[in-house]
Amino acid sequence: MTELSKSGAAVGEPTGTSPAPTAFLEVRDLKVHFPTDDGLVKSVDGLSFQLEKGKTLGIVGESGSGKSVTSLGIMGLHTAGQYGKRKARISGEIWLDGTELLSADPDHVRKLRGREMAMIFQDPLSALHPYYTIGQQIVEAYRIHHKVDKKTAKRRAVEMLDRVGIPQPDKRVDSYPHEFSGGMRQRAMIAMSLVNNPELLIADEPTTALDVTVQAQILDLIRDLQKEFGSAVIVITHDLGVVAELADDLLVMYGGRCVERGPAEKVFYEPRHPYTWGLLGSMPRLDRDQQERLIPVKGSPPSLINLPSGCAFNPRCPYADVPKDDVTRTVRPELTEVGSKHWAACHMSQEQRERIWTEEIAPKL
Amino acid sequence: MSDEAKDETKGKAKDEAVAIPAQSDGTQEKAGGTATLTKGAAPGETLLKVTGLQKHFPIKKGLLQRQVGAVRAVDGIDFEVRSGETLGVVGESGCGKSTMGRLITRLLEPTAGKVEFQGKDITHLGVGGMRPLRRDVQMIFQDPYSSLNPRHTIGTIVSAPFKLQGVQPEGGVKKEVQRLLSVVGLNPEHYNRYPHEFSGGQRQRIGIARALALNPRLVVADEPVSALDVSIQAQVVNLLDDLQDELGLTYVIIAHDLSVVRHVSDRIAVMYLGKIMELADRDLLYKSPMHPYTKALMSAVPIPDPARRGAKSERILLKGDVPSPISPPSGCRFHTRCWKATQICTTTEPPLKELRPGQQVACHHPENFEDQAPQDVVLLTAAKEAAELVSEDALAESAATSAAVAAEVEAESPADTASDGGDEPAAEGADDGENAGDGAGNAEESDSGNAEESDSGSADGSDSGSADEEPPAKGK
Amino acid sequence: MLAYLIRRLFAAAVMLVVIILVVFCIFFLVPKWAGVDIALNFVGKQADPAAVEGVREKLGLGDPVLVQAWEFFKGIFAGRTYAAGGDVTHCAAPCFGYSFKTEQSVWPVLTERFPVTLALALGAAVLWLIFGVAAGVLSALKRGTLWDRGAMVVALAGVSLPIYFTGLLSLAIFSYGLGWIDGEFVPLEDSFSGWIGGMILPWITLAFLYAAMYARITRATMLEILGEDYIRTARAKGLKEQVVISKHAMRSTLTPLLTMLGMDLGALMGGAILTETTFSLPGLGQKVLDAIKNHDLPFILGVVLITSLAVLIANLVVDILYAVIDPRVRLA
Repeated sequence: MTELSKSGAAVGEPTGTSPAPTAFLEVRDLKVHFPTDDGLVKSVDGLSFQLEKGKTLGIVGESGSGKSVTSLGIMGLHTAGQYGKRKARISGEIWLDGTELLSADPDHVRKLRGREMAMIFQDPLSALHPYYTIGQQIVEAYRIHHKVDKKTAKRRAVEMLDRVGIPQPDKRVDSYPHEFSGGMRQRAMIAMSLVNNPELLIADEPTTALDVTVQAQILDLIRDLQKEFGSAVIVITHDLGVVAELADDLLVMYGGRCVERGPAEKVFYEPRHPYTWGLLGSMPRLDRDQQERLIPVKGSPPSLINLPSGCAFNPRCPYADVPKDDVTRTVRPELTEVGSKHWAACHMSQEQRERIWTEEIAPKL
Repeated sequence: MSDEAKDETKGKAKDEAVAIPAQSDGTQEKAGGTATLTKGAAPGETLLKVTGLQKHFPIKKGLLQRQVGAVRAVDGIDFEVRSGETLGVVGESGCGKSTMGRLITRLLEPTAGKVEFQGKDITHLGVGGMRPLRRDVQMIFQDPYSSLNPRHTIGTIVSAPFKLQGVQPEGGVKKEVQRLLSVVGLNPEHYNRYPHEFSGGQRQRIGIARALALNPRLVVADEPVSALDVSIQAQVVNLLDDLQDELGLTYVIIAHDLSVVRHVSDRIAVMYLGKIMELADRDLLYKSPMHPYTKALMSAVPIPDPARRGAKSERILLKGDVPSPISPPSGCRFHTRCWKATQICTTTEPPLKELRPGQQVACHHPENFEDQAPQDVVLLTAAKEAAELVSEDALAESAATSAAVAAEVEAESPADTASDGGDEPAAEGADDGENAGDGAGNAEESDSGNAEESDSGSADGSDSGSADEEPPAKGK
Repeated sequence: MLAYLIRRLFAAAVMLVVIILVVFCIFFLVPKWAGVDIALNFVGKQADPAAVEGVREKLGLGDPVLVQAWEFFKGIFAGRTYAAGGDVTHCAAPCFGYSFKTEQSVWPVLTERFPVTLALALGAAVLWLIFGVAAGVLSALKRGTLWDRGAMVVALAGVSLPIYFTGLLSLAIFSYGLGWIDGEFVPLEDSFSGWIGGMILPWITLAFLYAAMYARITRATMLEILGEDYIRTARAKGLKEQVVISKHAMRSTLTPLLTMLGMDLGALMGGAILTETTFSLPGLGQKVLDAIKNHDLPFILGVVLITSLAVLIANLVVDILYAVIDPRVRLA
């Protein structure tokens, strides 16, 4: 057993039966599938990663890559929101601070939500209830997990609003969400998610709905708060700039699976998956001289009902024919270690990828 | 030289989905045949001219719907678009950039000002008067999902402009539509499909094909890629690029993403609260922005490079939110959030002035340039607070470059005093003594002469010269 | 909030005046333009010209239109006096005139009949709200299950079956068949249990129709609200699912229901004609039916006004409740 788990950890694909993870958060072979009329949507299909306290993991991917579903899966929100017959099917293991969440009593997981793990959503206007004041919503979040009277809770709410930089918090605590600006709303949202000092904070596209100057403020705030509270943070985004600002580790998702994962520096400077190259080449960058042309990824993201066989990226990959025997179209590549704590799932040999990156891709970025 | 480079990259980009290089040959043949692809107009000539353009949306209240105020979405802007160029328009939400786009395509009626297209005043043309113009000016919209009628086939959507304008393209509508589809990199056989069968990026291509149908001269694109995934964004950006090269299009591209705007534009206008703050050639704007707002905007863009994480030394954090466009701040609209604002900024609106060839700025105290109101040195209290959020390095660097430029200018033409000394600021005497350092520091630097070399030296100089209590740099 | 209230009240008052004037136009001017002599209608078919002339003078039908309008308007708020020669009739404050048919003053008849209608509508509303909303919420939470489909089939039946069918069916089963309920209307003053017994079947019948509609709307709204981001936020806080539903989702679901309730209640005030007729309830509805048959203009006019007033009041209450529930409304 222990041997299995060790070897599993080494290739980044843990075997699934081993108990007692050492990491604060460990996700093993997570699968989230949704039955629909058109077929089974495999939103997340075998995802594993670890995260320590005080560290930030960035999950990057395009729409439909499964990055948001992953966060809902960790929070246990994939089923809580499902009524009737069409429930999500979830398997794998999620270990949070020694507790396995998927097999745990749902009510126990509910108690962890908001206290141990909290979430910040993309659009703070729609994520806050329009009929309750900011204060009422923060007070509610606090009193679910703390047996205090409303007055104490409200004092705590004001304190949190002040901490996230909302001016005149004692007045603004009685405002409704529509009376706040976008940036203020996101600050209030952050205050609400941090009110119970959660040890895991998941930020799902926290700045996508915001203007760039406000985004800078919010990113700063998240970074400062993490330093202060020492929590583990997962940032989910499509913006490589945002993860570069925040993340220690990076996980690149494509078609519901992880294609590359490793320390942020490694993934940015020595990416070992063609999709990561594609993402880097697609972005115009302010910190470089003007590129003549961007290097886009051809085609469109795949359907999660009908993923391409073999490597899900093969129809869009310019190097799909490099490995022999059509292996890219028939065999799904597993994550393999390409460097210290750095994994990628590609059929090309390490040498090939290293050569392509240094000779063909990097010079054009 | 850049053309060569372009050709090279194009050649390399053959395996891309953007099927332009492959298809463009056919297109251009046709272009030669019909000889309508690029209409007259030498590149560089003014295509669109906007003067004093305003759009105020009235706010009505009460039973009688009295007008109690107005949202001053666009509040007096001037600019030109030259034939063949791309003008990028950036700004945060609510700055009026989208309204501006709708005004110049005349989807909205301006409150005041003038819009001239090819020398013809189109400001108040009615629907009928605009019809011939609609062939020349087309718009691409942000949301590829809601801007295509879900009940119409792609063929119907792309051919609609022909019907509306009563144009019978050579070879028939269907053939022309299929040609357009191939131009934008779609399969011409998808003529009979419906929008829901396409992905976001493909829909945006359909929108582009529709805009191109009548062979327009000016294409106004409002956030053309912001609803798309990163990898798709690049496809569409490249497509727009190629189409411009091939068809000689002129673009006005409105976007909030500064990196995208830099990539596509030749010149860039930065808007804030209904005004143009800075309008400059791309490289000038990005290398040495003059307006503090431009500088803050650019420094706020997160850089995809973990080594520069939390590079606070370069980042300028702006305080608070954009003020309401219903009652914008007096004087310079940015003065409530600017770390350089002085008394004059609250009273006098700085005109948009060409301070350097190819760079127009509306600021009393521009960055990277000689101060336009050097007599006014007392920072506002708000500015002092704002300055606390600006890193010391950034302030020092800014002081240094300003000083250097000032020195340069002074050396060239010592008599030149561009500043308008009209408004005598009511300087608060108490602060005066401390702040005098700022002006003095600059003066000292200008004496030292050599602008090129003074870069590092002046940084130190301004550090030491203004070390003690000088509010902007050493706020704490 | 106070400003909002005042604005609403003011708007309601203006609306009331407009309604009165419009009603006047329809009932006094339209017959005139159509060439129908109201006086003749009042007197009867075999009237001698003198009597017709007397009535015309007494009703002021010969006066200029504006004078007539003013008299009509004044009558409603201050009462009015009809005089023709020595024949003087005083009609007290809310004066809607006299019935053509019975020559009774309209207002006392209205006040006598109205409570029955009010009781019918309010009682039914309580029932349909409880059952309709509950069924809707349950269907939404059990979407796609047998329960959901069953409930929606029943709701479809409720919406499509006419009152006189469901009413007669319930009478046949519970009253004639099982004999559980007497089915006769008994005034409240006489016997409370008898009154309940007489009202219960009409309530159920009427509520069945509306509960079906409300269930469908509740289900649709609830499903939409459950997909909202703020519901996900509420769950992410660690709230129990019951609280998420009952506190966060219900409050949002209520708003469209409230709008419907205001309109439905107001409309029912004019008399649930079919229900009242089916169960022989002495409410407004029955009387309206008679009045229409007899071209009894003053009575119809009285009912129209009282209905409009009811709709107005119901809408006012709804608007205020709306502002209580949704803080964004207060600004508008």
